[in-house]
Amino acid sequence: MSASELYSIILASLTALAAGLMGSFALMKRMSLAGDVVSHIALPGLGLALVFHINPLIGAGATLLLGTLLIWHLQNLGTVTTDVAIGVIFAAALAIGTLVTPSEDLIEALFGGFQSLTPVSFLLGVVGVLSVVGFIWLARHKLIIGLFSPELAAATGISVTRINLYYLLMFSLTVLLGLRFLGALLVGALIIVPAATGRQLTHTLSTFLTISSITSVASVLVGITISKYYPTVTIGSVTLNLALGPAIITVATFFFLLSLLRKKV
Amino acid sequence: MNLLIVKNLFVRIEDRYILEDISFELGPGERLVVLGPNGAGKTVLLKVLLNLLPHTGEVTWAPDVRIGYVPQKIDPERHLPLTYKDLLISKCKIMGLASSTINEIAERVGLTKELLATPVGHLSGGEFQRGLVGFALIGEPNVLLLDEPTASIDEPGEEHIYGLINRLQAQYNLAVIAVSHDLSFIYRYATKVLCLNRRRVCMGTPQEVLTPDVLTQVYGSPVSYYHHEHSD
Repeated sequence: MSASELYSIILASLTALAAGLMGSFALMKRMSLAGDVVSHIALPGLGLALVFHINPLIGAGATLLLGTLLIWHLQNLGTVTTDVAIGVIFAAALAIGTLVTPSEDLIEALFGGFQSLTPVSFLLGVVGVLSVVGFIWLARHKLIIGLFSPELAAATGISVTRINLYYLLMFSLTVLLGLRFLGALLVGALIIVPAATGRQLTHTLSTFLTISSITSVASVLVGITISKYYPTVTIGSVTLNLALGPAIITVATFFFLLSLLRKKV
Repeated sequence: MNLLIVKNLFVRIEDRYILEDISFELGPGERLVVLGPNGAGKTVLLKVLLNLLPHTGEVTWAPDVRIGYVPQKIDPERHLPLTYKDLLISKCKIMGLASSTINEIAERVGLTKELLATPVGHLSGGEFQRGLVGFALIGEPNVLLLDEPTASIDEPGEEHIYGLINRLQAQYNLAVIAVSHDLSFIYRYATKVLCLNRRRVCMGTPQEVLTPDVLTQVYGSPVSYYHHEHSD
C-alpha cells in the first residue's frame, strides 16, 4: 500500500467519525431530509468546477455554502412551505448538477471513488475533521437544549439561530469531506444511516454517539476492503460492480438491518 | 421595590396587535396569574417578558432578577435518546455551575435517579413537567414564569405540580407569573390576577376579579364557576 493510499484510508475513517457524530445530532434535530439536500447541492458546484478545470472541492464548497445559507434562511422562516422548498432545491440541484457535469466524470461525482491524496490535501482534510469534532464537543450543551426545545434554549440565553447556522456549516463541511470518496448522492447516507443504527440500539446519548461513530468508521473500513479486494463479484449470471461509495453505504445499511434484530441497551 | 414593571406594552405580529397597552407590576414573592381565553396573548406576554419577541413600551426587570421559565407543553419524540440528566447537566455547564447541582435540584422536584436517567419521551406527563420545573430551577431563580404548567397532565399529576410550585415558592420566596385557565387554582393560589383579552380587562385579587361579570367580559360568554371555600 502506498503512502497516499494510506492517507486516503485514514482520512476516510476520520471523516466517518465526524459523519457519525454529525448524523446523530441531525437525527435528533429531525433534519435528515435537509441533510440529504445539503449533500446534493454540492453536485452543481462540483460539475462546474470540472468544466472549468478547477479543484472540484472548491466548486462543491462554494455551492454548499450557498445551499447552507439558503436552508438556514428557510428554517428561520419556519413556514409550512419549507418542506416544499427543500424538495424543490433537492430535485433542482440534482438536475442542474447532472446537466453541467461532464459525462465521463458523472458517475464518480455521483457515487464517489477511491483517490490517492497528497500530504497537503490530507492535512487540510484532518483540519476539517478536527473542526467538525471540535465544534460538536464545544457546542454540545447548546445543541442538546436547542434540539429539545428551541424556546427553552432561547430562554436560557442560547442564540438558537446562530447555533443552527454553525451546525449547518459544519454539516456542509462534513459533506465536503466525504464527497471525494462517496459522491454527492451517497455522502448524505454516511451521515444518516450509521446514526439510524445507533439510535436503534440505545436510549442513552453517550452510547448513541459512540455507536453511530463506530458503525460509521466500520462501514468505511469494511467498504474500502471489499471494494479494493473484490471490485467485482459474480453470482450466477449476475456480475456486481462493487464501487467504493456503493460498497460503503451497502455495508452501513447491512449494519442498520442487523440493528433491527437487537434490543436497545 | 418591584421585581418587574410593565408599562404601556404593545406587541404587534404582522399587521395585528396581539397585546395592546398592558401595564402591571410584580413585587417579590407575589403570585400573579394571567387569565384569558385562547388567543388572548398570554403566551406572547410571557415571551415578551423573556425578551424573545419584539415589542414597544417598557418592560423593566430589577437588576438582580434571575428568571426560571417553564414552557407550555413540549412534545419530545418518543425515541429521543435524551434524559433530564443530560438536559440538566447541559444547562449547568452553560451557566457555569457544577454538574452536582442537578442532584439537589432533582431532589427538590421529586425526580428519582431512575427518572433522571429515563429518556424524556418515556416519562409520564407529570414526571416530564416536574423535570421542566427542575430545569427552570437551575441557576437559583427568584422569579418563575409558568405557561400553563399542567395543561398536558391528569388531575392527580396536576395537584402534584401545583403542590410543588407552592412549596418551592414558599421555601425560596419566589415571585411567580403563571398562565392558567384553572379557576379553582387561581382562587387558591394567586395573590394577583391579570385578565387579558389582548387588552388588560382587569387586575386585582382573585376575590375582586373572579366574578361572573368580569369572567363574562374576559371570555366573551358566561363562564360557569363554583367557588368552594378551602381551609388552606
